[in-house]
Amino acid sequence: MTTGVVEYLTVFVLAAFVGIEVVSKVPSILHTPLMSGSNAIHGVILVGAMLVLGHAHTGAEEVLGFIAVILATLNVVGGFVVTDRMLEMFKGKAPGRDRPSSGEEKKQQDGPAA
Amino acid sequence: MSRGTVIDLCYLVAVIGFILALKGLSSPKRARAGNLVGAAGMLLAIGATFAQPNLAHLALIVVAMVIGVAVAVPVARLVKMTAMPQMVAIFNGVGGGAAALVSITEFIGTDTKTLATYKVLEVLFGVLVGTVSFAGSAVAFAKLQELMTGRPITYPAQQVINAVVGLVVVALALAVLVTASTTLLWVLLALSLVLGVIFVLPIGGADVPVLISLLNAFTGLAVAASGFTLDSNLLIVAGTLVGASGIILTRLMSKAMGRSLPNILFSAFGSVVTASGATEKAGQSVHTGTVDDVGVLLAYARKVVIIPGYGLAVAQAQHVARELADSLAARGVEVFYAIHPVAGRMPGHMNVLLAEANVPYEQLKEMDEANPELSTADVALVVGANDTVNPAAIDTPGSPIYGMPIIHADQAQHVVFLKRSMRPGFAGIENELLYNDKTVLLFGDAKDTLQKLVAAVAES
Repeated sequence: MTTGVVEYLTVFVLAAFVGIEVVSKVPSILHTPLMSGSNAIHGVILVGAMLVLGHAHTGAEEVLGFIAVILATLNVVGGFVVTDRMLEMFKGKAPGRDRPSSGEEKKQQDGPAA
Repeated sequence: MSRGTVIDLCYLVAVIGFILALKGLSSPKRARAGNLVGAAGMLLAIGATFAQPNLAHLALIVVAMVIGVAVAVPVARLVKMTAMPQMVAIFNGVGGGAAALVSITEFIGTDTKTLATYKVLEVLFGVLVGTVSFAGSAVAFAKLQELMTGRPITYPAQQVINAVVGLVVVALALAVLVTASTTLLWVLLALSLVLGVIFVLPIGGADVPVLISLLNAFTGLAVAASGFTLDSNLLIVAGTLVGASGIILTRLMSKAMGRSLPNILFSAFGSVVTASGATEKAGQSVHTGTVDDVGVLLAYARKVVIIPGYGLAVAQAQHVARELADSLAARGVEVFYAIHPVAGRMPGHMNVLLAEANVPYEQLKEMDEANPELSTADVALVVGANDTVNPAAIDTPGSPIYGMPIIHADQAQHVVFLKRSMRPGFAGIENELLYNDKTVLLFGDAKDTLQKLVAAVAES
């Protein structure tokens, strides 16, 4: 509680500018993956959920924190996996790349996981 | 270095990972790597949190996380590519719900008398926005999953009622600020749920992707608010990054549809078939063709442009579409796909599907690249698309889609529509091109029809 609200506000404003700057040139085919990827990133609320559950004093707090951790984990894991699956489709599709070999790569990667 | 400092440094590295992730996701070449960098940053942040001093209930935390992983991984891995939009909606929704719960738990757990006013404000913001995002995403999921109608749901005085609910929510928030009452905070949460639902009801299926992007930004801001409450720079920065980039992305998406954001959110777009379309419909008839005729038409064309839409996605027809394109190409026909930026239910939807079917990259042409070629095309083969080729966007100023960029299928010598029915597209607008003399319609499931076309081309 020692850090003042102004310092947090400073961080907030700077982060807002970074957020705007960093995505301003995204091509339309990447709109969906970008949305999905940033969806995964706000799953960082998991850290907040862990903290409130970890510092819970009462039963009510424990229950709420427990549910929050489950929901936040869904957000993080689901978000990153879905984004990766979307982007997998773009793999090896850049012009001039050797397509058959990239197809093999994909199979090898999918093999053990599936 | 104290343990606290090390943990904070880990959080700093995680934040850098998130920024690089967003940066990477904005370029096709580095997108996948970017996503992995983001995931690595997340792992580091979670690992560092386990090292926090005085963290009790470790077993509970681990159990909750295991439950989350056990549900999320199979769902995210097994879901079909066509259902990806819904998945983004639902994973966004649970994030919003988590942010609301974190804020509310922190409020309950702290002696509210000692809580600074600005912290109560952040709690209120987190609860309100997180809950709206949760409820809104749930409705968006239901719309896309077709658990409910994808058409806008309207009722009399809708905007007035919504505005009243919104005002009551604000008044309640002020009341909580003054009284610091936990009971009122729960009422606020319940009413925010209602607000989230009624906010999304009038938004039509075609606009849901833009809505999801906006709700995604909302969740980011709710997470940032939780960061203020918990004194966590990590949450503030990550949440704000998503909030700011999400709002920019939402604007880019609505721009790609040629519409403004307020128009998308408040106009109940697509609830009525426009008057002009309805009257013209009565006097005109469509030409229904046979598969064999169209097969011949395609086989002896010089240039065929395939224009895919959501119908291709639902029918999972991308592989057959490629088969047809390959057989035409083998006969010396020039074939390419014209991809509208918002074809399907999400921007980039078609690219993803066709890439899955291993369609050569050179055959995929973005709208701007494809349009000049359509006037010299013999056949425009429209597979399950409608609004993205509707000339009303150019020549009917009163039309709701007026101004949206379209693919100029109408400029081709012949237009073939593969459609399930005469039902209008997502936007709910009649398409005059269907009644044009050079247009032929083939009704049925896109995959089925394409398979028959492959056979017909082989025979001719």
